[in-house]
Amino acid sequence: MTNKIKSAKLPSGLSRRALIANGGALVVGFSLSDALAQAPEAPPVAAAPPPPLPGSLRVAPMIDAWIRIDAAGKITVLTGKVEIGQGVKTALRQVAAEHLGVPLGSVTLVTADTARTVNEGYTAGSQTLQDSGTAIMHAAAQAREILIKIAADKLGVDAATLKAEDGFVVAADGKRLGLGELVAGDVLKVKAEPATASKLRDPKSYKVIGKSVQRVDIPDKVTGGAAFIQDFRPEGMLHARVVRPPSYGAKLASVDTARIETLPGVRGVIRDGNFLAVIAVREFQAVKAMEQLAAAAKWSEQPTMPEQASFAAWLPAQDKRAIPIRDVKGDAPAPAKTLDLEYFRPYHMHGSIGPSCGVAQFKDGDMTVWACSQGMFPLQDAVAQLIRLPKDKVRCIHLEGSGCYGHNGADDAAADAAYIAFKMPGVPIRVQWMRADEHLWEPYGAGMVMRVKAGIDAKGMLTGWDYEVFTDTHSTRPGGAGSTLVGQSIENGFKLPAPQPAPQPNGSGDRNIIPPYKVANLRLIHNFQPHMKLRVSALRGLGAYSNVFAIESAMDELAAVAGEDPVAFRLKHLVHDARATDCVKLAAEKFGWKAGAVTGRGNGRGQGVAYSRYKGLAGYCAVAVEVEVDQETGRVRLVRAVAAADSGTVVNPDGIKNQIEGGIIQSASWTIHEQVSFDRTRVLSRDWSRYPILRFSETFESVEVHVIDRPGTPFLGTGEASQGPTGAAIANALFHATGQRIRALPFTAPRVKAAIGV
Amino acid sequence: MAKLSINGRAVEVDVEADTPLLYVLRDDLKMNGAKFGCGLGQCGACTVLVDDKAVFSCMVPVSVLEGRKVTTLEGLGTIDKPGPLQRAFIEEQAAQCGYCTAGILMRAEGLLRENRRPTDAQIRERLSANLCRCGTHNRVIKAVKRAAEYLRTAATTDSNRT
Amino acid sequence: MGCLRHYPLGRGGRGDSGLSEARCDARGNMRVIRGLLIAIAALGVIVGGYAWRSSFAPIDRPQASSFPVENVKAGAVLAAIGNCATCHTRDGGAAYAGGRPIVTPFGTIHATNITPDPSTGIGGWSEPAFIRAVREGVSRDGRHLYPAFPYDHMAKMAESDIKNVYAFLMTRRAQVSASPANELAFPFNIRSLVAGWKLFFLDRGGFTQDASKTAEWNRGAYLVEGLAHCGSCHTPRNVLGAEDKSRAYAGADVQGWTAPALGATSVAAVPWTGERLAEYLGKGRSPQHGVAAGPMADVIGNLAQVPDSDIKAMATYVASLAGAATKERQERGARAIARAGGEGAVTRPAAAAAPGASVYAGACAGCHGEAGRQPLDPALNLALSTTVRAASPNNLVRVVLGGIGRTDNQPGPHMPGFANALTDKQIGDLLEYVRANFTDRPVFAGLDVAIRKARQ
Repeated sequence: MTNKIKSAKLPSGLSRRALIANGGALVVGFSLSDALAQAPEAPPVAAAPPPPLPGSLRVAPMIDAWIRIDAAGKITVLTGKVEIGQGVKTALRQVAAEHLGVPLGSVTLVTADTARTVNEGYTAGSQTLQDSGTAIMHAAAQAREILIKIAADKLGVDAATLKAEDGFVVAADGKRLGLGELVAGDVLKVKAEPATASKLRDPKSYKVIGKSVQRVDIPDKVTGGAAFIQDFRPEGMLHARVVRPPSYGAKLASVDTARIETLPGVRGVIRDGNFLAVIAVREFQAVKAMEQLAAAAKWSEQPTMPEQASFAAWLPAQDKRAIPIRDVKGDAPAPAKTLDLEYFRPYHMHGSIGPSCGVAQFKDGDMTVWACSQGMFPLQDAVAQLIRLPKDKVRCIHLEGSGCYGHNGADDAAADAAYIAFKMPGVPIRVQWMRADEHLWEPYGAGMVMRVKAGIDAKGMLTGWDYEVFTDTHSTRPGGAGSTLVGQSIENGFKLPAPQPAPQPNGSGDRNIIPPYKVANLRLIHNFQPHMKLRVSALRGLGAYSNVFAIESAMDELAAVAGEDPVAFRLKHLVHDARATDCVKLAAEKFGWKAGAVTGRGNGRGQGVAYSRYKGLAGYCAVAVEVEVDQETGRVRLVRAVAAADSGTVVNPDGIKNQIEGGIIQSASWTIHEQVSFDRTRVLSRDWSRYPILRFSETFESVEVHVIDRPGTPFLGTGEASQGPTGAAIANALFHATGQRIRALPFTAPRVKAAIGV
Repeated sequence: MAKLSINGRAVEVDVEADTPLLYVLRDDLKMNGAKFGCGLGQCGACTVLVDDKAVFSCMVPVSVLEGRKVTTLEGLGTIDKPGPLQRAFIEEQAAQCGYCTAGILMRAEGLLRENRRPTDAQIRERLSANLCRCGTHNRVIKAVKRAAEYLRTAATTDSNRT
Repeated sequence: MGCLRHYPLGRGGRGDSGLSEARCDARGNMRVIRGLLIAIAALGVIVGGYAWRSSFAPIDRPQASSFPVENVKAGAVLAAIGNCATCHTRDGGAAYAGGRPIVTPFGTIHATNITPDPSTGIGGWSEPAFIRAVREGVSRDGRHLYPAFPYDHMAKMAESDIKNVYAFLMTRRAQVSASPANELAFPFNIRSLVAGWKLFFLDRGGFTQDASKTAEWNRGAYLVEGLAHCGSCHTPRNVLGAEDKSRAYAGADVQGWTAPALGATSVAAVPWTGERLAEYLGKGRSPQHGVAAGPMADVIGNLAQVPDSDIKAMATYVASLAGAATKERQERGARAIARAGGEGAVTRPAAAAAPGASVYAGACAGCHGEAGRQPLDPALNLALSTTVRAASPNNLVRVVLGGIGRTDNQPGPHMPGFANALTDKQIGDLLEYVRANFTDRPVFAGLDVAIRKARQ
């Protein structure tokens, strides 16, 4: 989830009319999104060095790149970000409506589309509100003032006497002018002013921001509306399936496609290098043909992966680039006690419930791709490279997919579709991955080893913190065609560019490596090991989940050594950070935390707490959990979770609660169940039976989220705030429940049982 | 040619007899409610009701459905007139990406057709045939309880009227 | 005592089904049994107060720390081999706290709490009291225990092993949980009847080594015949509910499931070998035979805690029940695998117009494979499935209705149930088709009845 905004470039010289015509032809019978309903002129291109503008206005400073109002008063807000279930379609509308002074329902939102919206890179890193929300907020406020000024001229009154509300500019005498009446010409085609010029609404007068608003996308989703890319059915569409190799690096030795080509409904089989696909008229015909094609294909395989059983020992011994993140020597007494600890997390899957899907059509020399991945602009680069077309011949449009939680198979499915569509011009091609495709081929979140050496003095204060993380890269994007499976598979294909570690504060495997606590001696090393024995890339939070798991587990271990209550121990190291302190205190209070109650007694029921501030600069989150452990089986029962979150200005309180709650439950699933299993040659977790995730019967009895609103302060983002603290809080509660500290994830029943012993 | 009854409507589709219901719904009838998730009966995204009982439509060939009643998400209400469960899911905001939601909602519908007073434990147990990845589990449980309440209230109102 | 067989209660898979518990088939013989039992009891009394047993005085619950940890660890493994937790744990209840209803034709027996709670569990039991219970089926207070507790097998345990199990149980967390009273009809509620039953059916001889066999074989025999009590399910019972030793391991019905024959009468397409049995007992699946389900899934779950050496020993012994691994058997196995298209291969049913064919193609082939479609997992090759070849369709019906799945959500085989998806007729058609296409066995007898019964 590298933030690509700084290096992002706007598309130049797009031949839009052709693309639009092309897209328009496909809209028949489909009302999924307004992405194709109309296509106003795209924002003008700015190549100037980024002015000091707020949020993504830095990369696209024109107001009408973000806000358009037509003569009928229709308001369109454009974002380069996408909806991935985190509720931004709703929150961004709220931001725009508030600052424009219009009703929420009057705002239409367009999400990432290379022909229409700004290039905001990836929708990742919990940055949508920071980047796009901030841009839209200022663009809306400045647009409002432009319109007020026009109205003032029209009415011949002082602009200061006018206000914008409910979609009108209203004069002191009650006279109202609709926004459509004020937008003649290109009045919004102006460069935004710096943030200081924005007349932002006073947070005290917020009418839309800070209010829980029902998500705009949910009604369709619960009534069978066309809400997802999977529901997109352009006229004449054919169904394609790809036969992926059985293992990494497998080579297609032979395949007899003749029989497959004669199967009912089959329109073609594509074989190119190690890429194998079949196209059919009906979807189930494609499925059956794919299965037969898979049975006919012979592959040569090689053992390429390490032993899973000894992976935690294998990993730190691999080639590494040791990147110092901090090396601070301060003034502290010699430690009275020290701990030397090692933690582990295995490979995790994104595990989208709906396998990835992509649709593409190559018509009259133009390629249109509909995709559910997180970055349409990087995808445009990849597709253009893959099919060797100029970039302006490729348009990528986002449609919602099943939750992706990072870089899953969505880009690959889109690239598959584009490649097949390129080979079968004229026809829209839909590629739907099967379950095993997603399980076996999505890029996983990389396995990690975290080592902590820490000391405390006689007063129980940290004296030093020496921390090293060992891990593969946590992002293989953007990587052009070389980052796509199809690009890597075809004859004379593309290679994945050597991954580079992203610098702090985003980081990659080292995300959240910096402990939030006050400590005089601090040494932090990120051992970057791009061995890529398993396919890896960005998974929700990158290294943050594991680093916070290690940091917060170690803090608990230190508290135990110091004989201190875990909450008190944290608070006394957080005195420099008032918001962090508030957050921890609120979670503890709402949880009913009793100081001194948690000692690792091991009576089967336990409580644990953990805290982090995402990336050290985004949302604050503290989580307290209670668990129960079955002594005989080692099964962990999740009893309850209470979280406190501070995401800065709250746009949609219920949206934040939903995200924090979802993060807690997903993280609980990672923590107690999940690990990708593999042998030397193949990944074995090919479906849910080999990669169990949390079931309804296993969720907490209750999850409570308390949101701290800080109106008027910057948006901090929420989507990835609660995973780290949750994992650690469960680890800490488990220690309290069993008296045993388990440092290797996941806490499966057999592992917990082994730790408890008899 | 398969004869089906879907949401009370008689439908004939020209498909091979082994075609799973899911593909008929999505591909031939262009309905969105049932989702493809695994094709293995492991995740429940494709759940619909057959004769009021929840089934994985990805594993039910159309050949077994003659004379039986299929209910899909579309049969529970519309966006303008959502049914009790749909209303409850909207009110509880019991979705994130929403992909699994349709199948969960249908399994809940199957439960509520049997039992209008399900306990938390019964809801959790029943919904365990379905997977959710975004972590909406607790909201979903609340929504199902809310819907059960709506159904009971509606039943009382109806009986008062008669 | 009559058909108070040991009923490990299986928990079905996850999915659409709600299967009822099955009943023992011996009901028709009830009157005969009743008469016989009374005669046996009278005999027991005449033979000299045999029915009366002394009581061991209750003791103060021993400190957990008084048991050396190595004894507790050894006891844990033994308890797992003995499958103790399965019967002595209620669904959703604490392990070993009892309360699980064990349904028999004579009424329902509730498994006891064997945690060290002094009042409701065995906290007041001394070690000698526990040893007597295991060996002789007598409670601490002198009452006879019903042979739902398989002491007819446990009696073969070495005293040191019983002591280790005692150490293990006495160091569990004490659970206050009184089991409900048994619900047995007269005369089965008279415990002294059990004394008479024991005269006939309880062999107190202990385990005897066979010097002509390997140490591994002897270890396996000791476990299988004793603690693991495999015969409790896999050996048919006589009219009095005792195992018919003349037909040891010939297979029997239990809880509506059929415990398949383990010996020479096994119907497995590929004759079992020690290696494959060890694989099956260790992992709950064997590509040449199938996946454990029903009551056996619980057994496999417990065996996960058992060292490979003991699993291997049990497998060696069980494999020997069918006699030596002859060349003929090996060839038979190889032929079956070849016919099935290879161990992991696609199974290829003939293209048939049978009514079950399209059900199979739409509901099953996606995972189990058919011409060209790959099976999801080698263990799913139906041409090699012992269950598809079994004399009784019970297991197959139960699996199709209720599916296979782990209730603890650990990685493992999964199959959804089809109880809601398919009608009885459709299941019947499907299974007839499967039987005809994947095996050379005769058509199933009593398929309709089996489906109806399993639905109840």
